[in-house]
Amino acid sequence: MAALGRICLLLALAVCVYGIGASLYGVRSGRVEFSESGRRSVYALAGILTVAFAVLEIAFLSNDFAFNTVADTSSRTTPEGYRAAAVWASQEGSLLLWAWLLSLWSSLALFLTRRRMRDVAAYATAILLGFGGFFVSLMIFYANPFATTSPAPAEGVGLDPLLRFPTMVIHPPMLYSGYTLCTIPLAFGMGALLARRVDADWIRAIRRFAFAAWLFLGIGILLGARWSYSELGWGGYWGWDAVENASLMPWLTGTAFLHSLMIQEKRGMLKVWNVSLVLATGTLAIMGTFLVRSGILNSIHAFGGATLGVPFVVLIALLIAGSIYLVVSRRDMLRTEHRLDSLLSREAMFLANNVVLVGLCFVIFWGTYFPLISEALTGREASVGPPWFDRYTVPLALILVLLSGIGPVIAWRRATLANARRNFVAPLLVAALTLVALIVAGVALKPFAIAMFCCAAFVLGSISQEFFRGVRARRAMAGEAAVVALGALVRRNRRRYGGYIVHLGMAVLFVGVAASSSFQHASELGLSPGGSTRVGAYTIRYVRPTATITPKYDQAHTGSTLSLGAVLDVSKNGHHVATLRPSEGYYDSGEPAQGSVGHLIGGQAVSHISMSAGVTRDVWTAIAPNISTPSLQRIITVGNRTLPPEDAEVAIAYLARAYLQRPPQAQFHFIVSPLVMWIWLGGLIVFGGGLIAIWPAPSTVRRRVGALARTRAQHGLARA
Amino acid sequence: MSVVIAILAVALLAGVILLVSAPLRTARRRADLPSAELVELEAAREAKYSEIRDAELDYRTGKLSREDYESVAGALRAEALELLNRLEALQAGRLAGEEPGADD
Amino acid sequence: MNPARKRTVRLIVALSAAVVLASALIYTSFSAASPALSPSQLLREAQPGRSYQLTGTVATGSVQRQGSVLHFSVEDRAGGTTIPVSYRGTVPDPFREGREIIVTVQKQGDRYLGERDSLITKCPSKYQTAPTGEKQNY
Repeated sequence: MAALGRICLLLALAVCVYGIGASLYGVRSGRVEFSESGRRSVYALAGILTVAFAVLEIAFLSNDFAFNTVADTSSRTTPEGYRAAAVWASQEGSLLLWAWLLSLWSSLALFLTRRRMRDVAAYATAILLGFGGFFVSLMIFYANPFATTSPAPAEGVGLDPLLRFPTMVIHPPMLYSGYTLCTIPLAFGMGALLARRVDADWIRAIRRFAFAAWLFLGIGILLGARWSYSELGWGGYWGWDAVENASLMPWLTGTAFLHSLMIQEKRGMLKVWNVSLVLATGTLAIMGTFLVRSGILNSIHAFGGATLGVPFVVLIALLIAGSIYLVVSRRDMLRTEHRLDSLLSREAMFLANNVVLVGLCFVIFWGTYFPLISEALTGREASVGPPWFDRYTVPLALILVLLSGIGPVIAWRRATLANARRNFVAPLLVAALTLVALIVAGVALKPFAIAMFCCAAFVLGSISQEFFRGVRARRAMAGEAAVVALGALVRRNRRRYGGYIVHLGMAVLFVGVAASSSFQHASELGLSPGGSTRVGAYTIRYVRPTATITPKYDQAHTGSTLSLGAVLDVSKNGHHVATLRPSEGYYDSGEPAQGSVGHLIGGQAVSHISMSAGVTRDVWTAIAPNISTPSLQRIITVGNRTLPPEDAEVAIAYLARAYLQRPPQAQFHFIVSPLVMWIWLGGLIVFGGGLIAIWPAPSTVRRRVGALARTRAQHGLARA
Repeated sequence: MSVVIAILAVALLAGVILLVSAPLRTARRRADLPSAELVELEAAREAKYSEIRDAELDYRTGKLSREDYESVAGALRAEALELLNRLEALQAGRLAGEEPGADD
Repeated sequence: MNPARKRTVRLIVALSAAVVLASALIYTSFSAASPALSPSQLLREAQPGRSYQLTGTVATGSVQRQGSVLHFSVEDRAGGTTIPVSYRGTVPDPFREGREIIVTVQKQGDRYLGERDSLITKCPSKYQTAPTGEKQNY
């Protein structure tokens, strides 16, 4: 079976090489059938990699431990769902996932553009196949997912228990889809520069893919944050870790691009800027992929051998050098058609938004790569921590939210100052009222959080005003009922109103971030059964200990041998709010050196947090039981000495019983965070708004509008 | 087992070769693509229409005074008309002269 | 001022602002950063009151918990010098003897105090899996 996989990889590499050759020959010689053949190579690559992925997936599901990756990341005791996802838990498997997703999205992109931009598409095909070939080569020469050992081991190591969470299953495919989708605009951008066809058509074709990349990357990032918060044991959703930052940077430049491309579509401006953003986004995506698997920066995510670092550095250097060369050598084609009419225009607001976003990206880039920079400049590796990041990103985020409230009120091209001033009254009022309300409610006056709340209120006021006025205008024109008018308004102006919804969602998200960072109550302490403590407005009482044994019945269904926890009662002002059951799972290490009993619980220990999530606050709890007490340890050592491996589980049962009968004091970590739910809700609103914005208007509407506009144009000129 | 794999591999290889070489084998006449200039003008025309609609919405939601709206809309309509004229000329030129829609 | 001149002025103002801000950023990063040192380097160079990122492996047999404080020793990757650290805060799940860790410490007299919640444990050397997770609970 593995042989089929290896053959697939070799075939894939051959197809990539052929496709690059055919596309380039086709575009240089004008022989279209070769470009066509090159495009089909991408389809073929997708097919081949699908087969390869299926082979690996089947190996995991059927517990074929001859495959090294299966033996390293799966086991018979790993639950089936996680076994299927373990495919991308290893370096080799994740490379295959990346290459496979790249081939799928590239096939889609090239299929959708098969009737346009022949030259550009041919170059893009070559570039995308280049990326594909790069990743396939990595697999063939450095990290082969189809490497086998013979004889096959009887049992595998098992999936790292830290990964046995549902969100962990979906986060990599989403994130990798985002990364691979970022390379498509890059390929088309480079293709457009190479073919010297940097015109309106290229931008229009790219828009959908840039949006898809933004969407998937954003979802991947948010899922990662949610995983970190609700399933890992530290209670935070963002730590400015190198890998988190690496995924955020292309998202920021991608967001900037979605805005500035509108300016190029309307006014033919910012061509150099746009093409640079596209190239930067793709390069940052590759850099993000590289960071995660090179171990070059100290990060908890850093995995993978150092051997992969060098090929990636070469690729990134090529991308940067190539991009700079292309932009500089084609700069006469990228000359702007118009200039900004006025600083008081929506175009100017978009520009400001771009500047802030790129500024944010620069700050994060500098902080993330600082260890390398400082080592290069001073010879000493040093790193900056979250406080440094917060210091610069928070003010920039405030400005960003503020801009998203100002923008809707300003007209395109050239706004009337008097009107603009008038339009700001209502939003400012909303912001001022919010400030007063906060003060009256006695909320602690933390400057940045309060500022963010007021900015978000300003955005809410501004956007509500836009919807209200839009509906009013529509009713004046078409006389529809309010609800119908709203629907028609959004449907006919998807970009505008979809965009407003996105900004509203971002404001909600930032309110959640501000509230949960600034107004959090946390405490860490030891408790024995019966003990209680106060966290914020809540009283948490340790009711009784819990214990489950054997992989089949563990609380979190993740295959732990032993799981010890507690039942907690959460109450507020004497009223019961929730019952929480955090636990710690102990897993099999598979190392006989730890003893017949010791190894059963000597593997990774994983905290399973328990949380009560609500719209206004989350109550988050985690437990670290103490299994190092003399009496508990004695059970393990006696069991190691006297029990044969097949009876070792008896000792685990004794352990559980002893823990329940005389539970030692356990360490607890409690956090009460307000408005965390708003972060996830805000994210949902953002993605919903984005979908509305990108949804194609029905072509009949466009044609009707076209004809109408044409006659109106002629009448208008006749009148003038 | 390995016989099955060999067959699968050969089938895969055959499929790939068939797929990839199809355009080289069939002497099908490639559809003529519209000229780059035509595509560009059409894209610009669509963008201009949406600009006109945006300006009107801006006016009706109170962001532009009447004078500003009239002047902006007038300018936009003039630009739109120019685009439409150029488009018509190009299409007429294509029909009249035997200009093949060269795809550059 | 004609439009072209206005545009040039705007551009210069914008660029200058950007340069000033970038310089402020770059300057503060050097002073706010904590250098990464191994135990032997730390012993030689540590000054009291400054934060350092101590990287090394957890020495076997050195882990002891006293209530909410965790005591452990960090030794050079190649073996040799060890440094005792007292740490308060979240302990990542992968933390155990023999694993590579990074912890931000400050020298206080003879002791090294770990900064709260700054302990990071790297993946075990045998390439295991994807993210072993953020800073975890104990």
